[in-house]
Amino acid sequence: MSTVSGTSILTGRQGLSGRLSDFFWRNPKILLLLMLTPPLLWLGVIYLGALFALLLQSFFSIDDFSGLINYEFTFATYKQLLIPSNFDIILRTVLMAVLVTLASAIIAFPIAYYAARYARGKWKVIFYLGVMLPLWSSYLVKIYAWKLILAKEGILTWFLAKLNLLWLLDAWLALPVVGGTSLSISYTGTFIVFIYVWMPFMILPIQASLERVQGNLIEASADLGGKPSQTFRYVLFPLALPGIIAGSIFTFSLTLGDYIIPQIIGSSRLFIGQAVYAQQGTAGNIPLAAAFSIVPIVIMGLYLWMAKRQGAFDAL
Amino acid sequence: MTAVLFQQVSRHFGAVRAVDSVDLAIAEGEFFAMLGPSGSGKTTCLRLMAGFEQPTGGHIEIFGETAEGVPPYRRNVNTVFQDYALFPHLSILENVAYGLMVKGVAKAERLKAAEEALAMVKLPGYGTRRPGQLSGGQRQRVALARALVNRPRVLLLDEPLGALDLKLREQMQEELKSLQKSLGITFVFVTHDQGEALSMADRIAVFSDGKIQQLGTPEDVYKRPKTRFVADFVGSSNVLPPDFVEGLGFGKHYASLRPEAIDLGDGPGRKQFSGRVTAASFLGAANRVTVEANGARVAAMLSASISVPAQGETITLSFLPQDLHMMDGTQ
Repeated sequence: MSTVSGTSILTGRQGLSGRLSDFFWRNPKILLLLMLTPPLLWLGVIYLGALFALLLQSFFSIDDFSGLINYEFTFATYKQLLIPSNFDIILRTVLMAVLVTLASAIIAFPIAYYAARYARGKWKVIFYLGVMLPLWSSYLVKIYAWKLILAKEGILTWFLAKLNLLWLLDAWLALPVVGGTSLSISYTGTFIVFIYVWMPFMILPIQASLERVQGNLIEASADLGGKPSQTFRYVLFPLALPGIIAGSIFTFSLTLGDYIIPQIIGSSRLFIGQAVYAQQGTAGNIPLAAAFSIVPIVIMGLYLWMAKRQGAFDAL
Repeated sequence: MTAVLFQQVSRHFGAVRAVDSVDLAIAEGEFFAMLGPSGSGKTTCLRLMAGFEQPTGGHIEIFGETAEGVPPYRRNVNTVFQDYALFPHLSILENVAYGLMVKGVAKAERLKAAEEALAMVKLPGYGTRRPGQLSGGQRQRVALARALVNRPRVLLLDEPLGALDLKLREQMQEELKSLQKSLGITFVFVTHDQGEALSMADRIAVFSDGKIQQLGTPEDVYKRPKTRFVADFVGSSNVLPPDFVEGLGFGKHYASLRPEAIDLGDGPGRKQFSGRVTAASFLGAANRVTVEANGARVAAMLSASISVPAQGETITLSFLPQDLHMMDGTQ
């Protein structure tokens, strides 16, 4: 028989670091506090503070003659949002954001489904690289690249000409609203580039939510008599919905706020982001710029509230 | 009538022969167990019946109809999954009614049927809860109700009791058995627990390496194991090496001898051998003693009325010749 020997309490590390780790072990809440304070300060003061200042600005107005800000509490600036030329901007942006979000979800779902259910090992790596790689290059470079692709003398026109499908492009461009003289200066072009640029933000959350759907739930649905379309409708889609909502929050809010893509690719009609940019810059109308910035925040708030009411987060 | 028929069925995954030329015929209304260690092919056989896997060779019939190429949703066969696979976003009632919903049964009717099924598994009134709010045993019952509400012709159970604690497991074993008797549905049950298979099944198929080692009644499989693997896996039989068996005056074959067939001392008509005690433990109802005799290790269940022999002591043990069961193979 061997006997167990040795001390039962080990001598701790000496010095300050040793005593400090013992202290934190006994008081984990202090450690948590130390770790959370800097980011919370940053978030609270810099981020929320700035947001609050913005909100405040929107309740001021601008004096039409002097161009100076009138620091009196008023809803006049918000009323300006409702005049047709400004309201069109809001409508246009929201409509674009809705369409971009829907199209992104439809395109992203099969890709995410493949990655979550079938891709293994090497193919999973290739999937992640394929989805993330575009994020590594500059946003501006990508957009200018798209301008070249979509331009009248661009590769897309050339390719369609090779396929003898130029008539299709011409027919599309002849349509009102979505058409134009070329794709790069039409709403269609703006739409395509938005989808391309935001795609990773839609694919990754959907993939993450599908990854958590156990394979045997799909088998169980089939086992109980569910045809593939029913399995998708009653099992897969509801369980992927939190991911789709998360992705749509990205694509929707990013589209609502973007001012570069519609500037470079699209007709010259303004989007909210461009309006904010113009109002706070050249026009010097900070209150109106602030009021415009509040619009996406309110819309996102409404969107999340509706999503929650529809039970989008129940499967979370 | 034959409920499930396998003719030379194989399911190979590349070089891995998960199921290899299996023949079996499960009768209607039978409680059939597929027993084996993990990786022995029993679950793949079950998945072949459910339609989640397609055979790479052979022929499968379910109630006389060819099953190859028939998707799971067109088979009147339902499965109780190992980890239950309840839909987390649906209430218990919606889970149970799922099969009827996808078949287009009217809402009032299917909810009523689901309530009845929940009552049958002794969970009435649990319908509004979510799967996450139930215990393992309750979830198991919901999975059972969800399958049975569809009135399947064959119910497949994939280690349904594996995640339950001992007491609950024993209770569920009895309930499953009586449920099967009252419904008359063919049950095909996969398990790695030989006690479960022995106590519940009408017939057992013992699997190893993708093949059926033995197919028979629980008594057959337990008392008359065909191979060393079966003797080893089913129950705690002693597997006696050929030399030892020959030394006792039998043929030179492997043989199995159950520990409870061995007694202390000698008697008329008994075969006796002596061995040195290497381990002894008191189990309450009996003493379990392991001896080393002629190079073989033999376990015996001895009456608890005799005190536990000491380690190192040499004792004489005996058994009746008819309790020794000769097996295939001399290697």
